[in-house]
Amino acid sequence: MSIVRPYGDTTGDGMVQLSFTLPVAHSKVAEGAAVQLANKMGMDPALVVHSKPMGPDFTFFVVYGRVNHLVDTSLVEVVERDYPLLTPKEVNGAVKSSLRRRLVVVGACIGTDAHTVGIDAIMNIKGFAGEKGLEYYRELKVVNLGAQVSVPQLVERAREEKADAVLVSQVVTQRDAHLLNTREMSAAFREAYPADRRPLLVVGGPRFDETMADELGVDRVFTRGTTPGEVASFLVHRLVAPEVAA
Amino acid sequence: MSRGKLDLDPVTVRKARALARKAGRPIVEMAQQHTTVSVERATLRMAGLEGADGDGIPWANRLLDVVRADVGLEHGVALPVWDALVRGEAEDLPTLAQKAGAGSVTFRVPEGRDAIRAEKAARRQVAAGLRRIDRRRTERDRLIRRHGDAPRKPWIYLIVATGDIMEDVPQAQQAAREGADVIAVIRSTGQSLLDYVPEGATREGFAGTYATQENFRIMRAALDESSKELGRYVRLTNYASGLCMPEIAVLAGLERLDMMLNDSMYGILFRDINPVRTFVDQRFSRQVHARAGIIINTGEDNYLTTADAVEAAHTVTTSQLLNEYFAKEAGLEDWQLGLGHAFEIDPDVPDSLRLELAHALLARELFPDAPLKWMPPTRHMTGDVFRGNLLDGFFNLVGALTGQGILLVGMMTEAVVTPWLSDRDIALQNVRYVLNASGALHEDFRPAPDGFVAQRAKQVLGESVDLLERIVDDGLLDAIADGTFGLMKRPADAGRGLDGVARKSELYVNPAVDLLEEQS
Repeated sequence: MSIVRPYGDTTGDGMVQLSFTLPVAHSKVAEGAAVQLANKMGMDPALVVHSKPMGPDFTFFVVYGRVNHLVDTSLVEVVERDYPLLTPKEVNGAVKSSLRRRLVVVGACIGTDAHTVGIDAIMNIKGFAGEKGLEYYRELKVVNLGAQVSVPQLVERAREEKADAVLVSQVVTQRDAHLLNTREMSAAFREAYPADRRPLLVVGGPRFDETMADELGVDRVFTRGTTPGEVASFLVHRLVAPEVAA
Repeated sequence: MSRGKLDLDPVTVRKARALARKAGRPIVEMAQQHTTVSVERATLRMAGLEGADGDGIPWANRLLDVVRADVGLEHGVALPVWDALVRGEAEDLPTLAQKAGAGSVTFRVPEGRDAIRAEKAARRQVAAGLRRIDRRRTERDRLIRRHGDAPRKPWIYLIVATGDIMEDVPQAQQAAREGADVIAVIRSTGQSLLDYVPEGATREGFAGTYATQENFRIMRAALDESSKELGRYVRLTNYASGLCMPEIAVLAGLERLDMMLNDSMYGILFRDINPVRTFVDQRFSRQVHARAGIIINTGEDNYLTTADAVEAAHTVTTSQLLNEYFAKEAGLEDWQLGLGHAFEIDPDVPDSLRLELAHALLARELFPDAPLKWMPPTRHMTGDVFRGNLLDGFFNLVGALTGQGILLVGMMTEAVVTPWLSDRDIALQNVRYVLNASGALHEDFRPAPDGFVAQRAKQVLGESVDLLERIVDDGLLDAIADGTFGLMKRPADAGRGLDGVARKSELYVNPAVDLLEEQS
């Protein structure tokens, strides 16, 4: 079945819940406006189950209702993992037997972004979601530059360290800073390196769209929930001879 | 004498404090022997130097840079600057800064009677600045008497952060109407690494609003209006962290801010600011806060965002003890110590609530007269807003049960979006429900003497004492270099802002430092 609709308590009932605020004083009119919005969003019937004034000029609503939309799962486009997931031991083994040296990974939060939570989750030995970070991998040399690293600094360190891969984390998204910074970063690496020598560029953060890698000029985009093991497996997949990694 | 709810061994508690003093003492001595560009600029600001040149570079920076190029940093800014003023190079400080910026003044380090004259003139002008800070403190006391104080403890602490001070104002006023006792204006990401304080009202920032003197003034005036409207004094908070701690502390005192984030090690660990720079700046900024009657908030919650909240619980206690020592040494009193801690244990850990209770109660019992700053979960907020709201409810409950002084309101949309109007409303509803429903439950809450909570608290205190012993053996700077706190390794000879540190010369004079030392 590729055609589905939301499930409340009965197959096919199409029930959803929604909450939002309107800049309207709490009143009958405000509730009517909430129903109208829900109707326009495809909810019919729409039931305002809760409305509450928030200050004199705003009202908060919770709406339950039935949507008339159908979704076709066969038309959904996502980036599926196209590489095998390896254990740390397999990653180390693949790097050791194929590269015969440690694989160098340089990571940073670039621009004014001071939120190292993402890069630390992937790189620090402490790790994330029960997986140890890249520092735990014996055959990876991990250089975590931390927060607020400028693009030129990042390029320079990547050169110094002879980086095989560069990991960039971007959490702050105001005015699309994460996209602008990423494009600046990928352009700088393309300028600084001949095409065949450029390190693998990987960017991650909670607000990225995984399908945007090409548009951003990077090799891979990781988003919310990515674990260190997934990143390590990807690095091996792309940087280590495929017959060994398989 | 009662030994409190946890029956902590007074000998162990005394030992912990003695070790913190022993670990901190060499740092204080080091701080006394050094000055920084920011301490010297703070002195100029205290003496009344305001404003910036056409490129937005503050005159305090312009003037200090010229003085430093002419005679170095090690003698302090006061002697060369007031020597030039006494010599009649300019009629006042702003004019001198402009002339210096244009290259038409050369500075020297005066000696003999010239030095005495310069020092006297400097002292007079800096003392006038301190009196302005004193007047703002008196004014706060008067306004609290007039409007009344927050109606209950914990004080409810809410954050606004739009980047635009003009947008922050209505948000802050609305938050106050909804029940906030304290408004914090989060700073723009990256400000902590600027080696100057931006100037004027600012309307653009990243994930926060720049801390400037004018922004401080605008927001304090807005909250004075709210205080009048609501019949209770609404407090304002900002951040004295990063490379400009001393200057921001002065500006906060001048503009009657009420609380400042001020941690002894945060800049080192999380901003990679040089440890020596941080400790020198921190000491001066805390002396200014002490004088201004400002409550500091320390940043121990941050350790738990990088290290595990159970394994690293004792590093929080250790840091609280160090923060307490450094704060008191700088002249702050118990009521000014908003020592930080946080509800960050993985909710999937069995007994996580009991562990949180143990840690929170330990902080409460260890620092009975400090208004502890209780920080909500962030690390295990996943985007599941329903679960997040429940977690925040338990956070509020632990706050109520353990008598926390300042409660930073947790948002169920943490890690999703900057809080919406409705998020804030739902979060405050959560706080109000829990505080009203539990009432004075903390009076009834007495953990069994040999029970899980009491035992865990004792264990954490014991581990903290062990860690302090190691720190005393190694030296605090080496402990920081080894990654003891928050798993960050920060050596004393690296990090940002090191080039702005100088060892004081024999001739060093700083009337601000002298006047602040005389207070304590």
